[in-house]
Amino acid sequence: MRRGWFLPLFATLGFGFLYAPIVSLIVFSFNESRLVTVWGGFSTRWYGELISDGQLLEAAWVSLKIATISASLAVVIGTLAAFVLTRFGKFHGKLMLTGMVTAPLVMPEVIIGLSLLLLFVAMEGMLGWPAGRGMTTVIIAHSTFCAAYVAVIAQSRLRDMDESLEEAARDLGAGPVRVFFDITLPVIAPALVSGWLLAFTLSLDDLVIASFVSGPGASTLPMVIFSKVRLGVSPDVNALATIIIGIVALAVTVAGVLLMRQSKRAR
Amino acid sequence: MTSNPALAVNTRPWTDPDAKPFISIRNITKRFGDFTAVNDVSLDIYRSELFCLLGGSGCGKSTLLRMLSGFETPTSGKILIDGQDMAGVPADRRPTNMMFQSYALFPHMSVEKNVAYGLLREGKSKAEAAERAAEMLKLVKLESFARRKPHQLSGGQRQRVALARALAKQPKVLLLDEPLGALDKKLREETQFELINIQETLGVTFIVVTHDQDEAMTLATRIGVMTEGVITQVGEPREIYETPKSRFVADFIGSVNLFEGRVGPSAPDLMRVETEDLGPVSVPPVPGLTQGQTVWLAMRPERVWLTREPKEGAVNTVPGIVRDMGYVGHMSSYLVRLANGRQVRVTQANESRRDNPISWDESVHLSFEPADFRVLTQ
Repeated sequence: MRRGWFLPLFATLGFGFLYAPIVSLIVFSFNESRLVTVWGGFSTRWYGELISDGQLLEAAWVSLKIATISASLAVVIGTLAAFVLTRFGKFHGKLMLTGMVTAPLVMPEVIIGLSLLLLFVAMEGMLGWPAGRGMTTVIIAHSTFCAAYVAVIAQSRLRDMDESLEEAARDLGAGPVRVFFDITLPVIAPALVSGWLLAFTLSLDDLVIASFVSGPGASTLPMVIFSKVRLGVSPDVNALATIIIGIVALAVTVAGVLLMRQSKRAR
Repeated sequence: MTSNPALAVNTRPWTDPDAKPFISIRNITKRFGDFTAVNDVSLDIYRSELFCLLGGSGCGKSTLLRMLSGFETPTSGKILIDGQDMAGVPADRRPTNMMFQSYALFPHMSVEKNVAYGLLREGKSKAEAAERAAEMLKLVKLESFARRKPHQLSGGQRQRVALARALAKQPKVLLLDEPLGALDKKLREETQFELINIQETLGVTFIVVTHDQDEAMTLATRIGVMTEGVITQVGEPREIYETPKSRFVADFIGSVNLFEGRVGPSAPDLMRVETEDLGPVSVPPVPGLTQGQTVWLAMRPERVWLTREPKEGAVNTVPGIVRDMGYVGHMSSYLVRLANGRQVRVTQANESRRDNPISWDESVHLSFEPADFRVLTQ
């Protein structure tokens, strides 16, 4: 076999490139030493410190709450936008809506963050809501830009879907709203699940927009980690990252298995 | 009709000028932008008919069906079903149900849930709906598949589920869009007769859209031939085949030889038509034609006499040479070239084992019975 060594070598290099940083992070989370780069023996000390680090845990909790709520909101808004764009035919302002829906995908985050901040400040001045910056503003900001991603995913699924399914339900006596919940939603559900997961990840991951629109008491995890790292990496961040990686890996595996089963059934 | 006492009513209501149509399509036009899909179509369909709309793709037959079901709104015109004007009635409130070409079975519901869906929307209780669904599945012989999901069924089974679902609500009219289009040939032939049986058992009015002329001929009580958004002829299958009204219909249904000619002098029982291909031809007189008018003579290939010697007593005979032949078993088809180079299609039934069948390059004579010519003016 002439290719015998070639493929395994590059596979190893590729996997190494992708996973070496993660592996080193996991390994050093079990490091006894306070110095991040020096191995001082195995220990779960930093996991213990993590539990007592109120600030970090608080931020993780805030982030999870924000990600869950904004992913859910984004799925609702994004699905509605996608439905309107694919099923309502031509209407006034369709091009405008298409542009608005896709804008957050191409706009630099800094600009999104800044414009939302200005909007919130102006709104507070004029309407008195949202009062100050905090979790609400972060949720609004995250739902807005995550909805764009969900809309793209839902749109492509809705376009692929056989429209005669919806017509058949109409024909059998279901009103338009009933058709949406009975037929459209279950059929596009897998796309919405992946949309939700994507939105959740994006929200959990976001630093830039959150930094603009967040306020005191609502620091998200990326914000806290970033500010901590500026003062030097502390090993409990590694421990936290390891836990998050574990959760993400589990979620991705479960989602993957579920989707694979579904596509097998669809065949 | 007398042989079947159960059928007390006239089974051919379209022959009765006083019969009340069940579905009345009046001057329906549908435009998509500049394109006219259906152009001023008027059509009456009677109760318990199995009416076929036959035409090539893009002729407007599906658009017409979708206007009946309520998925498209006519640009102008009126549709009456059982005396009720359908204008403004949405698809979910019409007394019609549709069987889709793709079947459109709900993939996330079991077979019985698919069939029961319409019944539940009607406000029936779960038990009632389940009972009726079971009944429908029995009708299409799928009782044992009730709990399967659509993707676990074969194409033919899916087709039957779609039929059961569409019939479950006992619609006044069942609309079928290419109902057999997705089945293979053998299954299609079996299903055709099954479809006729079910239609006759339930007495529901069926309107079938198809591009397959054999399917239309087998299924239909009447056929409407559509082209470019217009219905060019409506009639019973035999009528459409034997007495087409235009060259398009003659050519679209079955195969045909068309000869262009001019009307010559006419006697009380025979009329002469001067044709370039066959010379002077005698045909039965057609009222309303003027001498010198251009007409087309349509002749079905199976009505041509093909003989080695001129047929005795034949009125219209021309010589020719066999250019091509194909043996199909129950019949043979020939392509015969006339003196002026025109090719004529002839088919002959192979009724007995002939020792010496006519073959390639033989000199033959074609004879035409006057009554077998159909004189067309358009």
